[in-house]
Amino acid sequence: MAYKNYILVCAGTACESSKGVALYEALEKELKERGVEAEAQLVKTGCFGFCEQGPIVKILPDETFYVKVGPEHAKEIVSEHIVKGRKVEALLYDKGQAKTADEIEFYQKQQRIVLRNCGVINPEYIDEYIARDGYAALEKVLFEMTPDDVIDELKAAGLRGRGGAGFPTGLKWSFTKNAQSDQKYVVCNADEGDPGAYMDRSTAEGDPHSILEAMTIAGYTVGANQGFIYIRAEYPLAIERLENAIAQAREYGLLGNNILGTDFSFDIELRLGAGAFVCGEETALLASIEGKRGMPIPRPPFPAVKGLWGKPTVINNVETWANVPMIILKGSTWFSSIGTATSKGTKVFALTGKINNSGLIEVPMGTTLREIIYDIGGGIKGGKKFKAAQTGGPSGGVITEEFLDTPIDYESLQSIGSMMGSGGMIVMDEDDCMIDVTKFYLEFTVDESCGKCAPCRIGGRTNYNILDKISKGQGTMEDLEKLKDLAQAMRKASLCGLGQTAPNPVMSTMKYFADEYRAHIIDKKCPAGKCKDLLSYTIIEDKCVGCTACARVCPVSCISGEVKKPHEIDQSKCIKCGQCFGKCKFDAILKG
Amino acid sequence: MTATAETEKMLTPEIEAFIEKWREKPGNLIMILHRVQEEFGYIPRQAAFEVADALNIPVAKIYGVITFYHFFKLSKPGRNQIAICMGTACYLKGGQDLIDECERILGVGLNTVTEDGEFSVEAVRCIGCCGLAPVLTVNGKVYGGVTTKQISKIIDQYDER
Repeated sequence: MAYKNYILVCAGTACESSKGVALYEALEKELKERGVEAEAQLVKTGCFGFCEQGPIVKILPDETFYVKVGPEHAKEIVSEHIVKGRKVEALLYDKGQAKTADEIEFYQKQQRIVLRNCGVINPEYIDEYIARDGYAALEKVLFEMTPDDVIDELKAAGLRGRGGAGFPTGLKWSFTKNAQSDQKYVVCNADEGDPGAYMDRSTAEGDPHSILEAMTIAGYTVGANQGFIYIRAEYPLAIERLENAIAQAREYGLLGNNILGTDFSFDIELRLGAGAFVCGEETALLASIEGKRGMPIPRPPFPAVKGLWGKPTVINNVETWANVPMIILKGSTWFSSIGTATSKGTKVFALTGKINNSGLIEVPMGTTLREIIYDIGGGIKGGKKFKAAQTGGPSGGVITEEFLDTPIDYESLQSIGSMMGSGGMIVMDEDDCMIDVTKFYLEFTVDESCGKCAPCRIGGRTNYNILDKISKGQGTMEDLEKLKDLAQAMRKASLCGLGQTAPNPVMSTMKYFADEYRAHIIDKKCPAGKCKDLLSYTIIEDKCVGCTACARVCPVSCISGEVKKPHEIDQSKCIKCGQCFGKCKFDAILKG
Repeated sequence: MTATAETEKMLTPEIEAFIEKWREKPGNLIMILHRVQEEFGYIPRQAAFEVADALNIPVAKIYGVITFYHFFKLSKPGRNQIAICMGTACYLKGGQDLIDECERILGVGLNTVTEDGEFSVEAVRCIGCCGLAPVLTVNGKVYGGVTTKQISKIIDQYDER
């Protein structure tokens, strides 16, 4: 080791956008100017996960963890830390305590298998991946294991699909392996469509080779020589890193003909998505790779037997793939010792919404929601009250306070009306209206329905219209019965997962927040104060001092009154934008 | 499909070379359309006809694909494209307010372009920066933790009128 220090700078999309690039360049310049380039190596890494505190800089070997670092701090970091060996107190998380990453609560209950290399290696250099045992699993598979050994190992490990449904991965691979065909394919689903989730993006950006290695292992196992990664066009950085990784792997003989000198050949190509949520459904995704409209087809036959261009196709999502090399290397006994009886290993979640420590986390299955939200997430923002957490995105449901101690696994989440989903976890507080959020999800699924089957196309739209009515105070109690009937029909008769699960948010919120539905329907009130049609702003005469602040900020000039005298809001003109409410310093405006 | 015969060719030699490279690969259409949109910012009608000619497929098939996917645009966006994230995290943290404010300042609705062609506003699905919610992008550059007050300042940076 020639270097005394390593400076790791996050280069994930989130940190890059909050000046990560400028920070990297500033550090580079500073190292050069101080003449200490030979002492510290600057490394661009993938996401550290702690996005709330980004951009993050970690310095090795002392594990110093600097948060919210800007280009303006580069000088201090280099002159103090690198040259003099003194930590920059002001940039430490929990100022002054000098905690290393492992000591910070955010990381303490996490276990990183999928994200093992994110925030550790430079994803743009294959050598760094190899130095962390990268491609050792592929070597082991090619030289020491038969395809059946690989499948047995995955089965024994108990790995299940991380895209949401949780189908056993080993079993899936065995179907394709046993299918007779001259041509087979391996596909990676990186079409992360769940709004509010970015697990796959961060993995592809921070550790692209783990996906390539796993897909190559699958190619050997099932007898395929071509792989495709289907990735969202909205993730340009992930695309760039994957393309770069593929080129490097080819150069090293880890992709292409005669991999590692064996007679096994395998290559991978990227295919870009084009913004269609339904393409997360596997048959729709395959149609899209074929260059067609991404519409699902009935299953069976499953893609494992009849997939891309009618050939047997193994299709897994990014997180599932990233688990595979570790299982091969460390063994099924190790992997299955983590997690619960039915769900093994870890799960990555994108923890977002009204939470203090928003970010990307990876926890062992069986961790409770309470641990995730309060220990890792640091509780609700602004000291507000927790209301619900939504997992599974537009296909999932809400989890309320009473279920916070449920250990997270596929079965337990389903039993309380939600689902594992791909890993989005949105935390909502008392200011969020459940009708409003449900309407948001329905609008999403209506917009994303491909329109092929009637239950989803018509049922979804009708559901949305009813919710819209309720949010405007025009709903009736009969509407709730209609929602239930529609949900039943959609679940039973829709062609694919999109339609089958689209009613989940409605059913779940109706079950756990029945009083909120009643408040909208019977009292014509929105308790959270979100639904604009049910809101009104009034000025409390006694409290108003006539400062005119509200009248000046009102975009439609509906507030009138003389200076130093109580003002009044013209309700017929008010658009309920709430600007006056935010502006009043005297609490003289009543919202309700 | 003779619509292109008399007018000048729209596809650049680079795009034609790209099509050549992908010609034999099955499922090439979406990748080619991405390349066309990269060049023009949308899929011009004439370009769609020329792609149809080059690949020897019906124009209807191309429009079937373009209209199915949200990413492909049929009309020219503004010189500056403002995209407001409406993923769940951004929605909860006030994404809609950002849209309202943009519309108010620019005087255009969603998915429309200002008269002088300078700006267009669109709502997009999650761009994966949920930790920074609410988020918007201008020409691909991400702005995180945006408040309605900051919008006019952000727009001013791009306004050359």
